[in-house]
Amino acid sequence: MASSKTITVEVDDVSYTDDVEPRLLLVQYLRERLGKTGTLIGCDTTNCGACTVHLDGVSVKSCTMFAVQADGHNVTTIEGLARDGKLAPLQQAFHQCHALQCGFCTPGMIMQSASLLTENPHPTEQEIRDGLEGNLCRCTGYQNIVAAVQAAADGTVSSDSTVSADSDESETAGVA
Amino acid sequence: MIPSAFDYAAPATVAEALGVLADAGDDVKLLAGGQSLIPVMKLRLADPAMVVDLGRIGELSGVRDDGDALLIGAMTTHHQIATDPLIAEHLPLLAKAAATVADPQVRHRGTFGGALVHADPAGDMPAPVLATDATFILAGPNGERRVAAADFFQGYFTTAVDDGEILTHIRVPKYTGWGAHYEKFTRVAQQWSIVAVAAMVRVEGGTIAEARIGLTNMASTPLRATAVEQALVGAPLTREAIATASAHAAEGTDPASDLNGDAAYRRHLAEVLTKRAVIAAAGL
Repeated sequence: MASSKTITVEVDDVSYTDDVEPRLLLVQYLRERLGKTGTLIGCDTTNCGACTVHLDGVSVKSCTMFAVQADGHNVTTIEGLARDGKLAPLQQAFHQCHALQCGFCTPGMIMQSASLLTENPHPTEQEIRDGLEGNLCRCTGYQNIVAAVQAAADGTVSSDSTVSADSDESETAGVA
Repeated sequence: MIPSAFDYAAPATVAEALGVLADAGDDVKLLAGGQSLIPVMKLRLADPAMVVDLGRIGELSGVRDDGDALLIGAMTTHHQIATDPLIAEHLPLLAKAAATVADPQVRHRGTFGGALVHADPAGDMPAPVLATDATFILAGPNGERRVAAADFFQGYFTTAVDDGEILTHIRVPKYTGWGAHYEKFTRVAQQWSIVAVAAMVRVEGGTIAEARIGLTNMASTPLRATAVEQALVGAPLTREAIATASAHAAEGTDPASDLNGDAAYRRHLAEVLTKRAVIAAAGL
């Protein structure tokens, strides 16, 4: 039996110290040990991007990384994006542009979009599509996803959405 | 999917890693970016008793100027290769190829050295590196060893790296001022290359003075398209001349047949993609 390792990881601004088996995947650590089920497991084969989180500020697929590799590092999940009860601009943009159907890919889409906008604050439509090539939406709602990233980049998102806001039919028509 | 249990070490230096490897027996895997190793461990196609994580060894990461070459740490990520200013200036072929690997998340984790040692025939970094005549620097129990790119790739997922050795750096000669392009053919996003062509050309006074062409997925190892290179040297800088030279692209290749295409289709692709790659590299 392989011995466990003690890791200390900062996740969404909180420091955690835990004993983990080396084979424990980061996504399992986040979901099963920390209860952060906002990060989803989709394909579990490094294709779909549903498990995307930020490691030290850049996007990674948390199903393709061991928790021990995150020791001493900083992880941000979809649950760490909102500040003081206010959705981050990208979250607001996904809400306003109705950039989801079933919603399963949404946490990964938003985390990858955030990483993309950090590296390239004003992407073209093609750059957005290329930047999201590692995230699959099986509802094929890409059109509105791209529109949401564009809206967030352009700053054309209103700031009245809150974390607890229910879906408002009047906001689902997409960006003008 | 959960990998088999394994022992884990995360050494801080190459010397320490070599010591761990020496003591670990033969059922050990080196973990670089893990973007190929972890998926195969999850599928239990690999179940090493021990994993040695190179991710804590700072000396293995980064790009630095080394006179007539760039010295690239094996743990430098694809993202770093694609965006590094020194690479952009002296080895744009590597930047262009790295930008086509998988997807952004994988490029943030996956490493240059890891991809080269993995030596997947459909991987995008081996052919460009072969085309540059790079030198592979290996650390081992008996000190440092250098292997030429032409001798490094030995077969399907097989390289010159021996048990107990670690690829630490790749020394890549500068090709400053050369035109470069990596032409990759896939059917869908984030796919492995069905065939791809790495091309570098040096143009002088309206003719092609020098050319280097590498082929991805046209055999169990990356190949140089030497017949194309020879045909291009001295050729006028025209689409017609490039097309004529590119007709030699499949010579000496041994492509596989699989669901993505049979061998004859891959030979056809090699010619078409070589033409496109050289035309783009030459700026036509």
